[in-house]
Formats: sequence, structure tokens, C-alpha cells
Amino acid sequence: MENKGLTKVDLIFEKIDNYEVLAKGFKMSRDEIIQEMLDSGLKGRGGAGFPTGMKWKFTAAEKNPVKYIVCNADEGEPGTFKDREILDRVSNKVHGGMAIAGKAIGAKTGIVYLRGEYRYLLPKLMIELDSFHKMIKEIGYDFNIEYRMGSGAYICGEESALFESIEGKRGEPRNKPPYPTVSGVYDKPTSINNVETLVTAMMIIQHGAKNFIQYGTKDSRGSKVFSISGDTPTPGIFELALGMTVQQFVNEFGDGDTKAVQVGGASGFCVPRKKFAETIIGFEGMPTGGSMKLFNSSRSMYNVLHNYLEFFTEESCGQCTPCRVGCQQLLKGVEKVKKGEAKSTYLNELMKLADSMKIAAKCGLGQSVGNAFKSIVGNFKEEIIY
Amino acid sequence: MYQVGNLVKELSAKHGQKRESLMPILQAIVQKYNYLTDEAMVEVARELDISAAEVYGTASFYTFLDTQVKGKYVIRVCKTITCSMKGKSDIIHTIEEILKIKVGETTSDNQFSLVETNCIGWCHKAPAILINELPYTELTPEKVSEIIKDYMKK
Repeated sequence: MENKGLTKVDLIFEKIDNYEVLAKGFKMSRDEIIQEMLDSGLKGRGGAGFPTGMKWKFTAAEKNPVKYIVCNADEGEPGTFKDREILDRVSNKVHGGMAIAGKAIGAKTGIVYLRGEYRYLLPKLMIELDSFHKMIKEIGYDFNIEYRMGSGAYICGEESALFESIEGKRGEPRNKPPYPTVSGVYDKPTSINNVETLVTAMMIIQHGAKNFIQYGTKDSRGSKVFSISGDTPTPGIFELALGMTVQQFVNEFGDGDTKAVQVGGASGFCVPRKKFAETIIGFEGMPTGGSMKLFNSSRSMYNVLHNYLEFFTEESCGQCTPCRVGCQQLLKGVEKVKKGEAKSTYLNELMKLADSMKIAAKCGLGQSVGNAFKSIVGNFKEEIIY
Repeated sequence: MYQVGNLVKELSAKHGQKRESLMPILQAIVQKYNYLTDEAMVEVARELDISAAEVYGTASFYTFLDTQVKGKYVIRVCKTITCSMKGKSDIIHTIEEILKIKVGETTSDNQFSLVETNCIGWCHKAPAILINELPYTELTPEKVSEIIKDYMKK
């Protein structure tokens, strides 16, 4: 595996002339924009990592005259706060990225789904959206963006649950297929992209795919914004090239006593100290939507796991049994083991339950509960039991 | 005073009468009154020509669309891991002391409700709370007590 070390990058928050970049983008043909995205190797920055160029290509190929570009700003993964910062500081680039994506897929309407917790940003965003609409009109391009608000439901970050919510329903994930590129919001072909992905797309138009791929590795091109919190002297938002090891990350951001790093939030994986050096942060190792939480030796990993399981138990939409009951049973199970009401071998049964959830749960929420569960129980068994 | 009367009509004129108008309408009512009464939900159902069960089903799915009485100021304390590690409990105790209510309760004058909530996206400035829509971060018991006392004067 390639290992490029830790490199700080300034792409997402870089000051650019939006007018110029958009004018450049609108002059490109749809195929040229999509090809540029494919060449850049850009993968979705929300966490799932689907290649952006492919998503746009699939949506572009649909014949429906009405299509949508949806910006997923329902940032809810514990430990992630980068999208809030991006919207606060460079919303123009988010709107610009949506317009570029709109051109590529053939959509005239963009919808930003903003989580309810970030409603305080809305007045400012409305002013910025207004000037954005004026700007693209000046360029002579027809594209309109509207904002829809969430109301406090983590599951609405799941793309099909998000569509349901926009449509005014309970945020319950749909069966797939059909995928959003075929039938998304209002059952129309939809490309749904993360806030940061759209800004990155804008920057790829600005700098070109060739310049973008100088950062990162073969499987993880470019840089991304990391949300860093927990036991660190420097919590905050940092843009780093992908492909560093957890060790290099800890050397930069740790407090000298880091025993574990949770990569990718509650739905991600826990990396213990002994695996820092061998674990690459990127799609070839530990993928992340940007959430990086550091825990030092004063922290109980039981408390960490318990907190995550409570989170999932509350945020499970309850639609499918493996997730609804599975989350509750995992939570009750670790409590029983901790209290000595169940033998430590009961953890093995719970590990199997986590595996079943991965296979049987309907959406990414239930499927990923096992990530944190298995990596924490697997690496810190004694802390869970005693 | 909770008066649905013309509000629902005004909101449907603004947001439309389609199914997708439901969330913006419910959100606007909550912004004004902080929770949804049965009466309000029935009125919205009538206005959008859908069943009241659909309205309640949707509202009850979302944490911020409260269907129980909530005070004028809803204090949501983040309880997810980083805030929990960085002193969430002290923040809650402080607020409970000042307002003489427990988590989940509303003051008798209907001014404040205290609830816990999941990650609100301020982990780097934990512990954090929301009071209605406004975030307050890097809290200490002293800081939060000043903030609550300022709200009490409003």
C-alpha cells in the first residue's frame, strides 16, 4: 500500500472566483464534466465513497426530462461537523457544485436538505443563495436551488430516507434497487451528493483532474476535510490528503496518550493503538466521512460503545426488525455482561448478532452498527467485561 | 397562547397543499409554538386533505417536531460521545438546578423545556447545547448558568 504521510491541503476553503469557475464549467459539455470527474477519481465525501463521476454518468444516462441534484447536508454522524463549516464559510461553492452537477446530469433544480440542527445558518444561506441565483443568471444559465429542512433524524442522512423526508413523509429508507440515479426524489432520476463532494467537484473544475490526483493514493484520490474531536489538543476542521496512516494522524493530533481512534464516526471503526501504524486512512484502509475521534487512556471504551449503541437504538427508524431489535439487544447485551448478569462468552453471541445485522438490515444504519461494535469489543474486550 | 386558526391557512398559502408541503408547514408551526397540538395536526390534515394519522405519523418520526407540550425555549443538550466525555452531565445538573426541572420536563410557567439530543455537530467545541435554533458551545457550568439566566430575563 502507498503511504504518503500527512499533508495539509487548502482546497475546500480556498478563495476562488465563483463566477469564473462556473463560466468555465458551463462552457464544458456534459460529457466533458463527467469525464473530468471520472479522471479525478473523486469518491463521495459523505462516507460511502461511491465514485462521483459514475453517479453523474448514470443519472445523465436517464431519459426522464425532469431530474434533480440533491445536496445531502443532513450531517449527523457523531463526530462530523465539516459540512456545517463548509456551508458557513463557502456556501457559494456548494451552490456552484450543484449547478455544475446539474449541467452534467441535465437537472434544472437542486435541493439542499439541511439538518434541523443547523437551522441557525439558514438566514445567511438564503442571502448567499439569492446572490448565487443572480450570478448564474448573469452567466446566462438556468438553474434553481431550494432548501428543505430536516427535523432531527439521523436516518435522513441515508439517501432514500432523505428523499422520503423531502416528500413530506417519515424518513424511512426505501428498498434498493431502484437506485436514486434511476428513481430518487419524487421518483425522478436524482444525483445525491454530499456537501463536500460538491465543493470538491467545483475545485476539480477550477484546477483540473490532473492537479487533483497529485494528492492522495490510487484508491483515495485527493484530499478531504477531517472533523477532529475527542482527546486532542487541537480539535477542529483540517483538510488533509488521503492515504496517511492512523499513526501519522495521531502524531499530529494526539495528546501523547491516544489509545484508540474512532474513524468514520459511530458507524465507523475503532482502531486500537497497536494497529495505528498499519492502518491507512482512505478507501483502501479505513474509509471515513471525516469523523476522527481520539480517545486517551483515561477513557472507558465500554462507555464509548454504550454511547454509540444508545445512539443507534434511538436513531434506528424501526422499520426493519434486524436493526430495530438488533440495536436494542446489543445495548442490553453489553449492559448485562458489564453487570455480570451474562457470562463474558455472551459477547460472542452478540458478535454474531452484529454480523446478522450487517447482512439483514435494510439500510446502511443497521448494516454498520456492527462496525463499531465488533471493532470495540474485539479490541477492548477486557474493558467491556470488567 | 396557542392559536392555530389562520396560521395553517397562511402556511399552506406559502408552502402549498401538496404532501411535500407537510414538513415545512409542521416546522413553521413548531418554530412559532415549539410543539404540535392534536388540534394543529388535525387542522393541517384537513388543509392538505390527508388523514390526521399521516400527519401524526410523520410528526412523531422527527425529534424536533414535538407532539408534547414544550416551553418557549427548548434546551437540547447534546449527549453524544464527545459532549458526554467533555462534561455534559455537569451542564445538565447546572440547568436542572437553575430551572428546578429534570431532563424531559417543562417549567410550570411553560418557559423552558430541557431535553437531551443526539450529536448536533459541535464536537470540536464540546460540550454544546441548542436553545431553540441557536447553538452554544464550549460550555462550562458557569457559562451555561449565565446563558440560562439571560434567557430567564427575556
